[in-house]
Amino acid sequence: MISRTAARIDQAWRFFVQEATSFVREVGSILLFAYDSIRLSFTPPYRYVEIIRHMEFIGNESVFIISLTGLFTGLALSFQIYLGFKMVNAVNLVGPTVALGISRELGPVLTGLIVAARAGGAMAARLGTMRVNEQIDALDVMGVNTKQYLIAPRIYAAVICMPLLCAIFDFIAMLGAWFLCVKLVDLDEAIFWDKIRSTIDVRHINEGLIKAGVFGFVFAVICTYRGFYTTGGAKGVGEATNRGVVMSMVMIIVLDYFLTNLLRMAQQMMGIST
Amino acid sequence: MTYTGKAAIRLVDVKKTFDGKEYVVNGMNLEIPKGSLTAIIGFSGTGKSVILKHILGLYKPTSGLVEVLGKNIVDMNADELTKFRRNFGVLFQGAALFDDMTVLENVCFPLVEHRKELTESQMIEIATKKLKQVGLDPKHFEKLPSQISGGMQKRTGLARALALDPEILFYDEPTTGLDPILTEMVDNLILETHKHREGITSVMVSHDLDAAFRIADYVAMLDAGKVLLFGKPEVFFNTDIELVKRFVAKGMKRQ
Repeated sequence: MISRTAARIDQAWRFFVQEATSFVREVGSILLFAYDSIRLSFTPPYRYVEIIRHMEFIGNESVFIISLTGLFTGLALSFQIYLGFKMVNAVNLVGPTVALGISRELGPVLTGLIVAARAGGAMAARLGTMRVNEQIDALDVMGVNTKQYLIAPRIYAAVICMPLLCAIFDFIAMLGAWFLCVKLVDLDEAIFWDKIRSTIDVRHINEGLIKAGVFGFVFAVICTYRGFYTTGGAKGVGEATNRGVVMSMVMIIVLDYFLTNLLRMAQQMMGIST
Repeated sequence: MTYTGKAAIRLVDVKKTFDGKEYVVNGMNLEIPKGSLTAIIGFSGTGKSVILKHILGLYKPTSGLVEVLGKNIVDMNADELTKFRRNFGVLFQGAALFDDMTVLENVCFPLVEHRKELTESQMIEIATKKLKQVGLDPKHFEKLPSQISGGMQKRTGLARALALDPEILFYDEPTTGLDPILTEMVDNLILETHKHREGITSVMVSHDLDAAFRIADYVAMLDAGKVLLFGKPEVFFNTDIELVKRFVAKGMKRQ
């Protein structure tokens, strides 16, 4: 009986060690992949046109979906907060509470999740298809550095576009919150804006924008890595896309917690009140 | 670069294992003469594609020497290899055209990457010339790869491979999956392209024995990761090696 239990514990332990090792190894190779791609982007030929082309896809083509999501997030969040605060007679604080939540957490996280699903998935699928159709091999044998040409511009484009998209999300979400609070539940418009102005500082918005940039880096690196190393035909492309998007989303949510703490610590070290 | 040695490609005791146990390439020795059209044939799983990837520098051997145009590519770092590969042109099995570029843009692509001294109109002129050389009608130049037939895609892929006037042209299973008429067209295209450029070395990895014996100057048959027989096509019809005799008899009968 005891020996069987010991064997199970041993088996579980081995499984845990194996999984943890493979996770650490994978994170290591993803980071090396990102380092390699970014290092190569500093050597000629510089791929400005490619960066702009990918910015158009990641940024411009995401504006509508980000605006739509932002609007309804603002509406729903402010309504829930209004209902809660009404119970404690604190409806005047709905505006600043929504604004803090949107600018520091929901803005960057939801923007990250939406763009990771839309653009990250497309990146993984595109690169995966290029791999299985031998287009990446064709680039290699043509003497084109594939990481420099295919990966680095996508990473740069995501890092540049994500804060911009997050700012759009924040703005539209606050419009949604304003519409609900002022037009639908009849809160005083002057109090709504005044409370926001007295509570929200530019550092709160910056915190969200920094997070958005980091999330852009994370999903671009993960999804391009998955796509770049796709194997096994159409099935492989599907798996690469799926794994790329899922891993990006999980990493965005996990990283958000650590980034929040890190930024808070940084602000405290600089003597800024949080 | 212009290489004047006799062998364009030289493999010396090349071994390759992916898992540390089984050798996919097991002590391969092969010399491909400069200026020749050489076909590499063999049963599935004998290491044909793996050896092509070694020559292209996409794989590093576990041991052995891979010398291309007099240079040992095994010791080259990634940047050196990237530059060296400009001497290669490759026609892939599926043509591997970039699907978001037109036919003309596909052929211009290597020029845009490596011939920056050229103006846009000069690049278009060269690309047009290469496309005409492989017999593609100009009315297809502005089409996307998805809008042209498989045969036209092969022609475009070949024109792209020729764009930088490479020293060595590789064909990876160029006729696999094509119908007999298209197969003959591609075979003739390979032969014409080889004759058209003096001094070019062509290497074709193929299952198509008929084409290999009809158009190649030399044929190398692989088995179990080694060269079983190398020589002019007639050598294959007068050999005593049982496996070669069976392979040739079955291959020719099927075609």
